[in-house]
Amino acid sequence: MTRSDSVAAVRRLRRSRATRAKTALKKAPFSAWFGIVVILGYVFVAVFAHWIAPYGETQVFSEAFAPWSQEFKLGTDQLGRDMLTRLIYGARNTIAIAVATTLLSFAVGVSLGLLAALYRGWLDQILSRAVDVLMSIPSLIFALVLLTIFGSSITSLIVIIALLDSTRVFRLSRAVGLNVAVMEYVEVARLRGEGPKWIIAKEILPNVMPPLVAEFGLRFCFVFLTVAALSFLGVGIQPPTADWGSMVRENATLITYGDVTPLLPAGAIALLTVSVNFVVDWFLQATSGLRDEK
Amino acid sequence: MKSSGPGPREKGKDLLQIRNLHVEGFSDERWHPIVHGVDLTLKRGQVLGLIGESGAGKSTIGLAAMGYAKPGCRITQGSVLFDGIDLLAVNEKGRRRLRGSRIAYVAQSAAASFNPAHRLLEQTVETAVAHGIAGREEANRSAVDLYRRLQLPEPETIGFRYPHQVSGGQLQRAMTAMAMACRPDLIIFDEPTTALDVTTQVEVLASIRNIVEEFSTAAIYVTHDLAVVAQMADRIMVLRHGRTVEEADTRQMLASPSQEYTKTLWAVRKLAKPEVPADDYLLTIDNVTAAYAGKVKVLQDVSIKVPRGRTVAVVGESGSGKSTLARVVTGLLPPISGSISFAGRLLSTGLKTRPKEVLRRIQMIYQMPDNALNPRQTVEEVIARPLEFYLGLKGARRDRRIGELMHMVEMSEDFLERLPGELSGGQKQRVCIARALAADPELIICDEITSALDQIVQEEILKLLIRLQRELGMSYIFITHDIATVRAIADEIVVMHRGKVVEQGLKSEVLTPPHAAYTERLLSSVPEMNPDWLTRLLASRKI
Repeated sequence: MTRSDSVAAVRRLRRSRATRAKTALKKAPFSAWFGIVVILGYVFVAVFAHWIAPYGETQVFSEAFAPWSQEFKLGTDQLGRDMLTRLIYGARNTIAIAVATTLLSFAVGVSLGLLAALYRGWLDQILSRAVDVLMSIPSLIFALVLLTIFGSSITSLIVIIALLDSTRVFRLSRAVGLNVAVMEYVEVARLRGEGPKWIIAKEILPNVMPPLVAEFGLRFCFVFLTVAALSFLGVGIQPPTADWGSMVRENATLITYGDVTPLLPAGAIALLTVSVNFVVDWFLQATSGLRDEK
Repeated sequence: MKSSGPGPREKGKDLLQIRNLHVEGFSDERWHPIVHGVDLTLKRGQVLGLIGESGAGKSTIGLAAMGYAKPGCRITQGSVLFDGIDLLAVNEKGRRRLRGSRIAYVAQSAAASFNPAHRLLEQTVETAVAHGIAGREEANRSAVDLYRRLQLPEPETIGFRYPHQVSGGQLQRAMTAMAMACRPDLIIFDEPTTALDVTTQVEVLASIRNIVEEFSTAAIYVTHDLAVVAQMADRIMVLRHGRTVEEADTRQMLASPSQEYTKTLWAVRKLAKPEVPADDYLLTIDNVTAAYAGKVKVLQDVSIKVPRGRTVAVVGESGSGKSTLARVVTGLLPPISGSISFAGRLLSTGLKTRPKEVLRRIQMIYQMPDNALNPRQTVEEVIARPLEFYLGLKGARRDRRIGELMHMVEMSEDFLERLPGELSGGQKQRVCIARALAADPELIICDEITSALDQIVQEEILKLLIRLQRELGMSYIFITHDIATVRAIADEIVVMHRGKVVEQGLKSEVLTPPHAAYTERLLSSVPEMNPDWLTRLLASRKI
């Protein structure tokens, strides 16, 4: 057992996470760059809303439906609040809710999905059938019903949308988890006597990350749209909190007069959704190893 | 149809000439050379064996003989002349016309090459019909004829079965029939029997050899098994790192290899360990019966004793219950009846009811190190976990122990930061051994741990295991279907067949005649390096 009979190794230091990310970014296509810049812009606006916005979120001025001017860059809404300010605060509220909802739905969906994949049997049956039942009800209508029952506070909005969304996350993570749970390294961990927490967090999760991250991006968009839709219907984010969905609804009448202002919050939603999808597409292509041949 | 039946065609002329072939593969964002300037000449009706360890470029050359490079590979230089046509110069359409009709390919895994949604017959005749060589009726008749020549059971009707309804060996023969359907001039066999166990392998080898001889088809036979190539090939070409080491007629090559590397290849199968009789038993399996889903009995009344510090080899073909035995011992599959005692104490049957200390003392090593190592964990993480989990080692003491374990398995500490994907097959298996050793076990169950490795690496791993046993005094249960491996490592042998123990005893007792009937069959199916072995065996079995 001397060193001399060691198998010779070519020393190669593992590239650090930061440098690997850098090289990946360098090779990113234009669409991905566009997406990243737009998302960062949104985040910046959302975080510094208080300092960027020219007026207060609920500050009311005398003139309702004012046209675009020096004073009100994008005019005012039906109560005389500055549209630009509302748009900026809307970014903060809408994005924060979407992020919180997606995170919660993934925390619930992934942990239950991987548990079901690991243990199979009755646990899997109970969870899967419960999810089937939830999925059989149209989610928008179900959300409407639940929101009317529990009242539309921001917390209940987040919890209800997250739970309804976690059903799809559950399905996905269970499916990808099943493929990994039968691998021998999972059996090795079980033979070692590891508990479910270790097996799920250390053995299975790192190997199912790519599809889950991709799904995260897509779910995020859908949550965004659900929140906007619910706000548009009046059970989402309640006034006077600024939010893009309700801004569209409240100012929709302006469109009849040829004013594009109500389209701006809608455009903001569309731009963010498209950007997130660009980034997700790029991520999918980079990690799945699926490349177009030639 | 070009020739209506078997009969010698124009023989002796050059059919395939490969000159100065260079192939590159794409990985880590760069093109790496895989094959460096290989020359090869194949005459009509001749069988050339390509052998070498994995990564030698055997399969790549086999595919290049059809003018084809796998996705991620490219042929950069050289020429492939097939019957006067340069396959690299003609366009893809021209190559496609030749492939299937005049050049055919038989892959390692027939199961993955057949479309599970179609019947065998449709797939067998598909190319012949598509190339317009024969009408469907005629092609069907000729396929049945091929099935008969390949000694498939019920040749008239077997074509109407789906791929999952026949055995692996039959599927491999059906694949050969598919390749023969157009009576090609050249067939590339890419490790066609590697995935089969020895008793099936013999049948497939015999039928492939017969049909190639009958139709005097030229063939390139790619394998890493010397004994197999000795039966099949007229000439042998030894490859290493994408270069030709040497090429000669089979008999000459076997009798007197000229290169040092070839000699080491030849020497591999001669490793043998003297047996040591048992003095004390560590594990006793008593009348164990086990079944999956409570129905199919995979183990029936199995009793085995494993001596302390010795190796028990469990031998048998696939489906004999070898791996199930391992699952029962580790607790993954609780037996229906019977008992297992370990170090004088009764083992509880289920995994969940076993204390950590018992789990620590029985470790397992798997056949496919790729599946047994988490691709997202570094070597260090893999080895560190059992140290933390069982022994509570932390910080500097853990790191020191990791270093010791790496030395035990003869690996440099430089490997600690690597992921499994950055290791070779043999290195991965060493990491798996180090992980098992980390728990400081008394019994290691090795489930076919060398069968996915090529022979030189196999020998290194076996030597390592023998040395570790001598130094640390563990017992091994060594599950394998390879008799050469058994000779190399075992003290005692257990022969299993259909879930029952057929024979057990000291190595010398089991391996010297008289044998039980099944043991005889198993032993005689192991290919020998003698080129006449298959002919002799078939002659003796017919009697």
